[in-house]
Amino acid sequence: MDDKIRQYFEENFKEAMVRQDTFRDQLSLYIRKEFLVDICRDLKDNDEFRFELLADICSLDWLGQADKTEGRFEVVYNLYSIKHRYRLLLKVRLPGENPEIDTLTNLWQTANWLEREVFDLMGIHFTGHPDLSKIVTPDDLEGHPLRKDFPLTYEVPQFSWNKNDPPEVIR
Amino acid sequence: MNTAAKPRRTMNLNLGPQHPATHGVLRVELELDGETVVKATPHIGFLHTGIEKTAESKLYYKVIPMTDRMDYLAPMSNNLGYCLAVEKLLGIDVPEKVKYARVCLTELTRVMSHLVWIGTHALDLGAMSMLLYAFRERELIIDLYEACAGQRMMTTYFRVGGLAYDLPKDFDKRVKDILQKVPPGIRDYERLLNNNKIFRQRTIGVARISAEDAINCGLTGPSLRGSGVNYDVRRANSYCGYEKFNFQVPLGKNGDVYDRYLVRVEEMKQSLNIARQALEGMPEGPYRAHVPGVVLPPKEDVLSKMESLIFHFKIITEGFHPPKGAVYQAIEAPKGELGYYISSDGSAKPHRMRVRPPSFVNLSALPKMVEGGMVADVIAAIGSIDIVLGEVDR
Repeated sequence: MDDKIRQYFEENFKEAMVRQDTFRDQLSLYIRKEFLVDICRDLKDNDEFRFELLADICSLDWLGQADKTEGRFEVVYNLYSIKHRYRLLLKVRLPGENPEIDTLTNLWQTANWLEREVFDLMGIHFTGHPDLSKIVTPDDLEGHPLRKDFPLTYEVPQFSWNKNDPPEVIR
Repeated sequence: MNTAAKPRRTMNLNLGPQHPATHGVLRVELELDGETVVKATPHIGFLHTGIEKTAESKLYYKVIPMTDRMDYLAPMSNNLGYCLAVEKLLGIDVPEKVKYARVCLTELTRVMSHLVWIGTHALDLGAMSMLLYAFRERELIIDLYEACAGQRMMTTYFRVGGLAYDLPKDFDKRVKDILQKVPPGIRDYERLLNNNKIFRQRTIGVARISAEDAINCGLTGPSLRGSGVNYDVRRANSYCGYEKFNFQVPLGKNGDVYDRYLVRVEEMKQSLNIARQALEGMPEGPYRAHVPGVVLPPKEDVLSKMESLIFHFKIITEGFHPPKGAVYQAIEAPKGELGYYISSDGSAKPHRMRVRPPSFVNLSALPKMVEGGMVADVIAAIGSIDIVLGEVDR
């Protein structure tokens, strides 16, 4: 199956491929972000593969560890083909400044919440998402906790609405 | 009178976050037209504790206790997923006995999780006594946990490369006791619910989702199989030696609440069956793999051998260093596909640990299930997806 995928990409999306690697029998393909939606649509509808399930979208921050040629952020799309019992990881690298990528919500409903989570925790913007809002962190929390430059120990005060106007007892 | 030209007035209703039927702190904002749900918007995040972020600052073995606290109704499954992922990252294998013990315990975990589900779900739908019966059987499994790990819920029993301790001496006896006492309990539940008029009316044809939609929404586990899609990680991408076990994957037809109920009840029976096979086939052997520098040596050796003592000290203080790379390991948790994506940069702490929580993804399909239905069916739908908010928010 790995070879089939490689061959398919070689024939159809040669210019989209950046590199590929296989670690512990798991094939990962690094692709250019412009081709993401086309590739996913093809992989999903193609009768040969039928990657119907978008299992997961996950994001990584390579702050300080990224090569100059590659961007700081990495988004991992975890596609699964129920028919072939086969999993494929599509990885996209994004720059540190204004990371942006097209949404997959038009293809999979799952992408809606998964992309919102990535947006909330890693601050990656998904163009065309119907409702790109925070999902797990409180509305008044600034920053994106999963970024490596988000401090682990510092805690944002949760109840700060009256900090300039403390009650009598404290004053 | 022309009533058609008048715009329909809708009402907003907040369901939760403090509502027992939402199974935790889930808030669903419902837009109602009379009793019909026009729009449902779940709001989550009340229990967000940043487990993924915290994991980045901990040694690999110190992450295990945090995994318990996500899906607290199925702690062993969470441990298993994490341990398998780290073992895959390290490229180590575990002894046969460990595999059998893990399978036996995780299958009992599935039964335990489904027991809580059947109790609370039936309670939501008006069957008050079910909860008591379900917890009666669950107690047996919890007692087994206590005998194994010393803890009743947050077990942290599985470790990278094996188990925390050897199985207790009366493990056989306890599991046999469970295998003997739980099936009559399940028969009781079926007698109470299967032909119960109220239960059937509240579940059949309710919150229906087609196979195609279910896949598109990313449903996994019993919620997906209730729609008739044959996808079970144990079968599809076998792990932990599941290919050696003989079991069926129950499937529903209609994709409604009742079918999801039937699938879970049948799953409990299959799980007990697997646990029986695991118990009967369990070989003798060590309870930890022998991988110096990664897996802790046996305690007796630590007390008597210099080398083991050094390894013990080094693992505890500085941890172990997996090679650079990233793995994704999925397991079939009671709620669905539980996946761990662990990326290593060669240091002793995970560069990134991502949990693919089944509850989170399954919950995102809730609007699809309830929109257009009645407001009372929302409760039935939430119960039938079987969510644990600790895992949704992490």
